[in-house]
Amino acid sequence: MARRPKLAVWKFTSCDGCQLSLLDLEDELLEVAGQVKIAHFPEATRRSLQGPYDLSLVEGSITTEAEKARILEVRGASRRLVTIGACATTGGIQALRNFADVSAFAEVVYARPETISTLADSTPISDHVPVDFELRGCPINKRQLLEVICAFLARRPPVVPTYSVCVECKRRGAVCVAVMGTPCLGPITQAGCGAICPAYTRGCYGCFGLDESPNVASLARHWRGSGVPADQVVRMLQTFNAGAAPLREESERHGRD
Amino acid sequence: MQLSALVEEGPAAFVVQREALAALPAVLRARGYLVVGPVVREGAVVLEELRSLEDLPRGWADDQAPGAYRLRRREDGALFGFAVGPQSPKCWFHPADALVFRARRSRAGTEIAPNVEAPPKLALFGARACDLAAIAVQDRVLREGPAVDSIYDSRRRDCFVVAVNCTEPARTCFCVSTGTGPCATAGFDLALTELIDEVGHRFIVTVGSPAGRRILAELHARPAGTSDVESAHAAHARAASEMKRAIDPVEARGLLARNAESPVWEEIADRCLACGNCTMVCPTCFCTTVDDVADLTGDHAERWRRWDSCFTFQFSHLNSGVVRAGTSAQYRHWLTHKLSGWNEQFGQSGCVGCGRCITWCPVGIDLTEELVRIREREDRPARPEIHA
Repeated sequence: MARRPKLAVWKFTSCDGCQLSLLDLEDELLEVAGQVKIAHFPEATRRSLQGPYDLSLVEGSITTEAEKARILEVRGASRRLVTIGACATTGGIQALRNFADVSAFAEVVYARPETISTLADSTPISDHVPVDFELRGCPINKRQLLEVICAFLARRPPVVPTYSVCVECKRRGAVCVAVMGTPCLGPITQAGCGAICPAYTRGCYGCFGLDESPNVASLARHWRGSGVPADQVVRMLQTFNAGAAPLREESERHGRD
Repeated sequence: MQLSALVEEGPAAFVVQREALAALPAVLRARGYLVVGPVVREGAVVLEELRSLEDLPRGWADDQAPGAYRLRRREDGALFGFAVGPQSPKCWFHPADALVFRARRSRAGTEIAPNVEAPPKLALFGARACDLAAIAVQDRVLREGPAVDSIYDSRRRDCFVVAVNCTEPARTCFCVSTGTGPCATAGFDLALTELIDEVGHRFIVTVGSPAGRRILAELHARPAGTSDVESAHAAHARAASEMKRAIDPVEARGLLARNAESPVWEEIADRCLACGNCTMVCPTCFCTTVDDVADLTGDHAERWRRWDSCFTFQFSHLNSGVVRAGTSAQYRHWLTHKLSGWNEQFGQSGCVGCGRCITWCPVGIDLTEELVRIREREDRPARPEIHA
């Protein structure tokens, strides 16, 4: 049998939800373990094998000096590096700090803020090292994760569409909540979740980040024209992927109103 | 058999009372049909299995506008007092996701098993004239061309169609201008016009096929009198006169062919989200992509065919990259193909005037208005031409 490729899973600033998607692959997990050698995955095992690693899955954003140094080491030890989730791809929900004074937050939250060593902003992995593929979602979709692992094993491009949630939404026969009057980020958000929220008559929260051609300004203008107040538009745009430049810029524009 | 011959065999129109129509879904089901018709789900009229007439959106009307749709109650208990919703018969004949084949790899080689699952025999209940026109357009593309689409053909082949003539169009409708409504003229087995007046709640029925005649024979139908037929005609005429939107399909064909460089495309792109909703709800858009999926070992694979949209990058991704990488190019391609290129390709326009792309555009882009703007800008060029 050919040498099993070594898989590593790394955590930076994140909630661990994305890497747990790997463990959520209950029916396929043994098969995954049969196809790859799980070399480093602290959520699953204390055993950690030396690099280099054939495929590294990186979760989380960079928010400390130590992480800035560690991501360079991970990149250096990885043949392929795939980021998983909104934190690793756009900075995550914690990128809301980028809009504010992080030391003021620390003073409110921590009893001894002087013990907190953190950067002023939360940034995606791709700001620090080259990334081979970014898998979106907050959290990622475990089916898409499996597809990415399969694709990297087979050395083919992963089938991960970059078009809007609307395509998935219409395919599954859900009624468009945007046209029914609910602000929805689906038209500018990348597919991948299966349009879960619209299928339950909720607007899309944009967990999967911006799609391939996001017209954020038009959607926000349409909301404002439909009577959505500026502060609500800002809240819609500043969530899991607030660090993505088009969302940041558009939210700041409405934040001034 | 020609419609005229059928009419000669008996009365041109029949009357079926509201109570007597209740038998129709069961009559169709007894003949092996899966009856699909309008039902209310998530605040909209969608097309799903219809178990009885009770499932119909009785007493519902709709308000439609660019980027807006709301249901509202009506007092008359009409069964078909609404216009088309977001779904069209294409959802059933040309499914969004269809398994093409399964493949298995072993030492002996690769074994491919085509999906031979028999599709349901469909009866469309309550299809509108624009829907029938759209079915005819898709038939031309997917059944009557040199390559027959087997998935579409297998679902379409034995279907039964109960059309309902529109008596209350939505504000987004423009089928009069495209010559495709509000009254069904072909492509149905039975066509109903709902009448609610002092005479009672009843349906004027015309027969479109021998199969329709056989089904009608199982209902309590009597020949329609002159006054009933006149009332139905008056209802159709009223619906036609209420339609405020229009396009000129003949003019649009040349207009769009001439205006690939119109500044209006960029203005549309300023609003267009490139989300693809217009193509998903369009009853004639037929484009698909193919996804191959394999398990971790690579020994088991499936090929799925899925709806695609010309508003996605993958749609025009060729060896050298994405051909239509900007929203203005994508929208221009969609509208120009639909209203202009379609004629050269398939001998007819691709637009049936249903207005779905107007209502279900999240930002309410209205092709009827955009055509006017393209024409106006053509008449008044932004910059004078420079002659050498």
